[in-house]
Amino acid sequence: MGIRRGYRARPLELLAEWFIFGVSFSAMVLVFLIFVFVTREALPVVFGQVNNAVRQPVIPVEQMDNLPHGQLGKYLGLDARQLAQMDRETLKELMAVRVEAAQKVPDDKDSGINTLAWRQMFLPHQWTGYERPSYIWQPVSDIPKFNIIPLLVGSLKTTLVALMLAVPLALAASLYVSQLASNRLREWLKPAVELLAGIPSVVAGFFALIVMASFLKSVFGYESRLNAFVAGVALALAVVPVVFSIAEDALTGVPRSYTQAALALGSTRWQAAWKVVLPAALPGVFAAVILGFGRAVGETMIVLMASGNASIMSWSLFDSTRTVTATVAAELAETVFGGNHYRVLFLIGALLLVATFITNLAGELIIHRLKKRLEGLA
Amino acid sequence: MSITVNSHPALAGRDLSADAARNAGHPMIETRGLNLYYGPSQALKHISLKVPERVVTAFIGPSGCGKSTLLRCFNRMNDLIDNVRLEGQVLVGGQEIYDPEIDVIELRKRVGMVFQRSNPFPKTIFENVAYGLRLLGVKSKSDLQDRVEKSLRQAALWEEVQDRLHASALGLSGGQQQRLCIARAIAIEPGILLMDEPASALDPIATGKIEELILALKQDFTIVIVTHNMQQAARISDFTAFFYLGELVEYGRTITLFTNPSIKQTEEYVTGRFG
Repeated sequence: MGIRRGYRARPLELLAEWFIFGVSFSAMVLVFLIFVFVTREALPVVFGQVNNAVRQPVIPVEQMDNLPHGQLGKYLGLDARQLAQMDRETLKELMAVRVEAAQKVPDDKDSGINTLAWRQMFLPHQWTGYERPSYIWQPVSDIPKFNIIPLLVGSLKTTLVALMLAVPLALAASLYVSQLASNRLREWLKPAVELLAGIPSVVAGFFALIVMASFLKSVFGYESRLNAFVAGVALALAVVPVVFSIAEDALTGVPRSYTQAALALGSTRWQAAWKVVLPAALPGVFAAVILGFGRAVGETMIVLMASGNASIMSWSLFDSTRTVTATVAAELAETVFGGNHYRVLFLIGALLLVATFITNLAGELIIHRLKKRLEGLA
Repeated sequence: MSITVNSHPALAGRDLSADAARNAGHPMIETRGLNLYYGPSQALKHISLKVPERVVTAFIGPSGCGKSTLLRCFNRMNDLIDNVRLEGQVLVGGQEIYDPEIDVIELRKRVGMVFQRSNPFPKTIFENVAYGLRLLGVKSKSDLQDRVEKSLRQAALWEEVQDRLHASALGLSGGQQQRLCIARAIAIEPGILLMDEPASALDPIATGKIEELILALKQDFTIVIVTHNMQQAARISDFTAFFYLGELVEYGRTITLFTNPSIKQTEEYVTGRFG
């Protein structure tokens, strides 16, 4: 572990050091393994190695013996061990089944499309019977369609609504509680808001589904009761305590001497809080917002319950919607292990991982720069 | 006009500063029978004193004697502490500052303060000095620049920082930071400057600079300084008040108080026999 002690380690301390090292190391390894696992399951789709077109080339049964080595297994989707266990007759039967299946495929242009190609997953496509090219997520269908855009837009909409509501509220609340409220009030307010964080998201989702959705509909009078807006508002309930708690800590952490100096110069409490304390706490406040974003994007149960869960491509906040997380949660258990649908779900899971990773990284960089500027090093 | 000590039995009714009254101008700060309590404990006991205009007045005494508490009464910084109760009168420029009619924000613009630990804002040097000016509503850039430069010159800091006005104030040395705090306080021309052990966290050279600065500033400002350092009080102040256990023991010309104190306790303290 490379600890330079300069003295002989005491046995108990050595044990404790090794234990702590082991724990932290295994935590890191575990996170890494999760990343590897998620990515691995998605890789065949990422590299375009999967073709899930309904119409696949067919090899007549008679040509079985003419196939080059290894080709037969690949064609039938069997590995070498499975192939070795089967006798000739069974294989022939399987090939006949393939031929039969191919005859049932309708002879239209859609049947030949590989819906797992990148183009199909991200660009609109005009399917037979549609008036214009559309983004469609229909993983269970004659022709499964895996366009991810509706889900990304769904996540984006609910997250934006949640952040637009939660960030100003949480920041205002944290500024009030840390700078303006009396000590006694603060002792009540801070735990009260943080208690919100302890509400299980399924309870928040239930509340949104039953109470908030009806209330908001009667206020705004839109058509579908469950939509991105309702989900966003409910999501804000989960985001507020996270942002509040971190931002409040950051603001309280600003030395009292700054406030005292500002007040002694004739600032009002508000001026001191707004012009001195808030700028000094900016790195921490920014970190709180980033964390809130992570919570909003990653939250599943609330959006699953309150968004209406329809994968419609629409920018309107008042249409039912479905997020990336809700899709994974709702569909993964129903998929064939290792199948196409399964792999696409892992792909969007990996996308989510990458998106939050990039956001956190960018956030860290900005925080680092802000800190440097405050400390007078930049 | 007389500066009397009512609290100390040995001095009841004695006029300590006929001398002071003759030589100094108008009293800028005056307290009358001031009692201050932190919850149940009394921190200031019946303090009555007058601080003359444009001189340096030093408050000395052992830790916990109430000198800083008294200083913070003059710009009502004690308001920020819970459970503080105050009796008696404090007058600044002839005005009762604990009158409910008084706007404490306006008061603090007239009574500047420098703290024990330098506390520049984590902003640029320029913005630190400009902060109070902006509060006063100074908007024009050239006005701001002129007044920032003037304050920094007054605080004897201009030469050192003129080419890095827009660098962070936290990059300055401790002594420079404290002078920046003084520049920030005097930028809004407060008339009165309260200093709470302004040099106690500084090395002797930086302390020397602060002391020089205080002597220069007394032409324009009425300065009240709290200090632990008796040599410092002797060097820079015109008047000295000695506090002990919340009472004002003796108050008079610095030279008298240090060379010929009328109270035994004062003598013991200034000669270093206790405290």
